[in-house]
Amino acid sequence: MAVTDFRSQAPQQNHDLGASKQRRALGERLIQIVLFACAVVSIGTTIGIILVLLQETVLFFQEVSLLEFFGDTRWTPLFASQRFGVWPLVTGTILVAVGAMVVALPLGLLAAIYLSEYASPSVRRTLKPILEILAGIPTVVYGYFALTFVTPLLKQFFPGTQTFNALSASLVTGIMILPTVASISEDALSAVPRSLREAAYGLGATPFEVATRIVVPAALSGISAAFILAISRAIGETMIVAIAAGQQPKITFNPLESIETMTAYIVQVSLGDTPQQSLAYKTIFAVGMLLFVMTFVLNLVSHWITRRYREVYE
Amino acid sequence: MTNDARTLADQIGGEQLFANSPDQQLQRRHHIGRIFEILAITAILIGIVFLIVLLVDVVVNGLSWLRPQLFTEFPSRFPDRAGLRSALFGTAWLLVLTALFAFPVGIGAAIYLEEYSRKNWFTQLIEINIANLAGVPSIIYGLLGLGLFVRQLGLGRSLMAGALTMALLVMPVVIVAGREAIRAVPSSIREAAYGLGATHWQVIWAHVLPMSLGGILTGTILALSRAIGETAPLITIGALTFIAFDPRGPFDIFTVLPIQIFNWISLPQQEFHDLAAAGIVVLLFILLSMNSLAIYLRGRFQQRW
Repeated sequence: MAVTDFRSQAPQQNHDLGASKQRRALGERLIQIVLFACAVVSIGTTIGIILVLLQETVLFFQEVSLLEFFGDTRWTPLFASQRFGVWPLVTGTILVAVGAMVVALPLGLLAAIYLSEYASPSVRRTLKPILEILAGIPTVVYGYFALTFVTPLLKQFFPGTQTFNALSASLVTGIMILPTVASISEDALSAVPRSLREAAYGLGATPFEVATRIVVPAALSGISAAFILAISRAIGETMIVAIAAGQQPKITFNPLESIETMTAYIVQVSLGDTPQQSLAYKTIFAVGMLLFVMTFVLNLVSHWITRRYREVYE
Repeated sequence: MTNDARTLADQIGGEQLFANSPDQQLQRRHHIGRIFEILAITAILIGIVFLIVLLVDVVVNGLSWLRPQLFTEFPSRFPDRAGLRSALFGTAWLLVLTALFAFPVGIGAAIYLEEYSRKNWFTQLIEINIANLAGVPSIIYGLLGLGLFVRQLGLGRSLMAGALTMALLVMPVVIVAGREAIRAVPSSIREAAYGLGATHWQVIWAHVLPMSLGGILTGTILALSRAIGETAPLITIGALTFIAFDPRGPFDIFTVLPIQIFNWISLPQQEFHDLAAAGIVVLLFILLSMNSLAIYLRGRFQQRW
């Protein structure tokens, strides 16, 4: 930040107070403009994302029709016989995201209820940071763990498990987003006023009944916002699926098979030797656009639920 | 009371008689409650056990490869001769450059939003936008970096392109942390400074910023530690995996720790998987150090009003 220190200049210019004042006002104005520009960078980022994705996506759709993109069921842009049906990538993504949610939703909500309703302040102060370490671990580490620890474990239980499979990736992704679900849900649960709980206790409810019939329903909007945000995180997760879920775009609902997600496909092309000007390379922007739109809509819905349905107590 | 009723029931000699008494119902309800409480604790324990198993697994697998060569050697096809040297240099460069971009702009935006902006539609747009950017998948930032920095600005697959991409990625986190720190400075401080004739910027520069520095630094370091662990966006902009020289300047091509780890995981040999584990131990150690520094700074600068 190029900032002039006005305090050091002030003494020399004391003989001409008027000019000094004017310069100072000008400096103040300049600083405000610079700071405003900093704030606008964030808007620029969003516009940049949309423009970059749009530019390449438009070029892509000049060669491949929308009908083929959303109508075909085979995705083989890197093969000699190119097919551009995006569904295999979408179903692969959904398969992993659903699996992750099956892990993260119940565990995250239960963890949040425990932290907010049962744990003493000191227990909460110890457990919460430990749980949040999970959110700080780089995803490439989770990917390593999924491939070298979880997958061999799964193979022992389900002999048909392939080396790269959706289940391992979704289980680990589920654990990764657990802290997100737990932390946001807990905020929502803690925001429910004590008076509601005390009223329920006064009517003879047990702690379990207070938690599940009073507090959770009262915090439902916050909890749903957390869930939707978690789905969006699972869809956008890249390294775990790139490492553990495989590179075989196909429509299957068997989690023990190898699949490919949208994010893993982008990584695959980025790592490979696909020429940058080729049609195959443009696919990553088209897939990226679809991914951006999906997560953007989910984030907006989550934001909207928080605002629209937030219960304001007291 | 419950116990009294139970003894009474026992004395009379018939559980059946009291099977549906209110006391028994209450006991059943408490019973369900306890099962639920155990379930809830289990949910947290699953997360914690997972974390412990992960850490132990990584350390056990990587331990034998944690030797000096790991830090002094460049990548190699032979696991015995492979090391993290270029990746460590790349990560250090990337960290400094990202901080150079993200810190001033992020804090500038935070100051604007807290100290200057009026409540109008544009401010609201910026706020919603920042919240949304925080939810954009990191790989999308990689595509932005590829299209904007690598191609349009012609930076190529350089450290500069990577750092600019990372700076945009962590910007929302820096802004949010900066705003919280600035908001924590009580308005009486500002009013006192204004009362002595300070200008708006003098109030901010001489009073608000020094007082919120602890929070700002803490938030920035946490944001940067996120950048250190990111892999996907750098793969997308094309950070190479096989770099056998030290980067000399911001326009050199580069690799970073997580990419080197990813590269080793992708190889079929067990030795490389264990090397990856050793690399993960190094990466986690760096993250742990940064987080400890952040916690230390928070304690050091913490002020109670």
